[in-house]
Amino acid sequence: MADTMQFDLVSPERRLASLRVVSVQIPGADGDLTAMPDHAPLITTLRPGILKVEGPEGVQSYAVTGGFAEISGQATSVLAEKAMPVAELTAAQMDAMMAEAKAAADGATGAGKDAADKLLADFAALRAAAGV
Amino acid sequence: MPSLKDLKNRIASVKSTRKITKAMQMVAAAKLRRAQDAAEQARPYAERFNAVMAGLAQSVGGSDSAPRLLSGTGSDKVQLLVVMTSERGLCGGFNSNIVKLARTRAEKLLGEGKTVKILTVGKKGRDQLKRDYAKLFVGHIDLGEVKRVGYVDAQGIAKDVLSRFDAGEFDVATIFYSKFHNVVSQEPTARQIVPAAFEMTGEAGASSLYDYEPDEEAILADLLPRGVATQVFTALLENGASEQGARMSAMDNATRNAGDMIDRLTIVYNRSRQAAITKELIEIISGAEAL
Repeated sequence: MADTMQFDLVSPERRLASLRVVSVQIPGADGDLTAMPDHAPLITTLRPGILKVEGPEGVQSYAVTGGFAEISGQATSVLAEKAMPVAELTAAQMDAMMAEAKAAADGATGAGKDAADKLLADFAALRAAAGV
Repeated sequence: MPSLKDLKNRIASVKSTRKITKAMQMVAAAKLRRAQDAAEQARPYAERFNAVMAGLAQSVGGSDSAPRLLSGTGSDKVQLLVVMTSERGLCGGFNSNIVKLARTRAEKLLGEGKTVKILTVGKKGRDQLKRDYAKLFVGHIDLGEVKRVGYVDAQGIAKDVLSRFDAGEFDVATIFYSKFHNVVSQEPTARQIVPAAFEMTGEAGASSLYDYEPDEEAILADLLPRGVATQVFTALLENGASEQGARMSAMDNATRNAGDMIDRLTIVYNRSRQAAITKELIEIISGAEAL
């Protein structure tokens, strides 16, 4: 059996997952990255996307938005502002998040505009990936 | 001397009051368990978040380019007090204690010649503060419709506070809420949220080992607003648990007092009944002797 590390996924309201895993694919702000045991210590912010966790019971996917991941050699914690298993993600929730991002993008100006537009694009990508 | 009929009515009324307070106590107990659960569930996030932020703040804090949310505006002239109380009463000194703390702070700041602005969350605090500080009010956030506080509510409050900060409306923001220790003790607490202050933990120094992606300042700029929301959320949950705890013990006292009152009234009732019987007997006997 391959090496494993501790993985925690927490949202402000609850702890979604806490288990030993082989690898975690994280949607980082600057691109996806995969954390495995003995990864160099890293803190990265998240973009809206899909978090894939490869654990003893196969691969689990979570939709996450906002927050950050803290990776150290022995453990990975993802603190996401919103997080839920992809299966629980509904079109209505997606619509609400998209609408919020769109409103922010329309209202933003200057440097903030790029960031807001990117956020909106990320949501669209998340929606496509999650298939809702 | 109240008549027997009056006493009987009085006892009945206190009995129904006791039933109500007893029911409220039990409801509060159930809600307290839920509120405590919610606070428990939220703890890992808040703790991790604070630990990481403390480390980040430590490493970036010294530089000139640190975000304004962390370094502040360089002044403390205008103070925003965010007073978080409950939407409902009948919970003992819960609201009054928070308001008292906020009032003391407001008086102190006004005495120092600073400008004070007040933002209230929860109806009860607004009602109490309105009497003296109506001029200082800048807003009120109503959570009356919210059945169960969620992170979105905290986000809403944080957004409101942050947009005021961006507009230059204040320099320092402090939240007032009640920290939950246990059912009988809740401690009114003031906590500064802007500029952000993080409790340093012992292991914070270790975070300098981390690589950051994107760089530390970008992460900090992204996370600081979330940090405010997280702190507001923690405060909301603590407040929720405290409110139910305070209500539970207040209602427990009320139930006990009602019980005592019923006992006392029953004794008075029985005595007067006995007195009336004795009086009638004496009348009959003295009437018979007179014949």
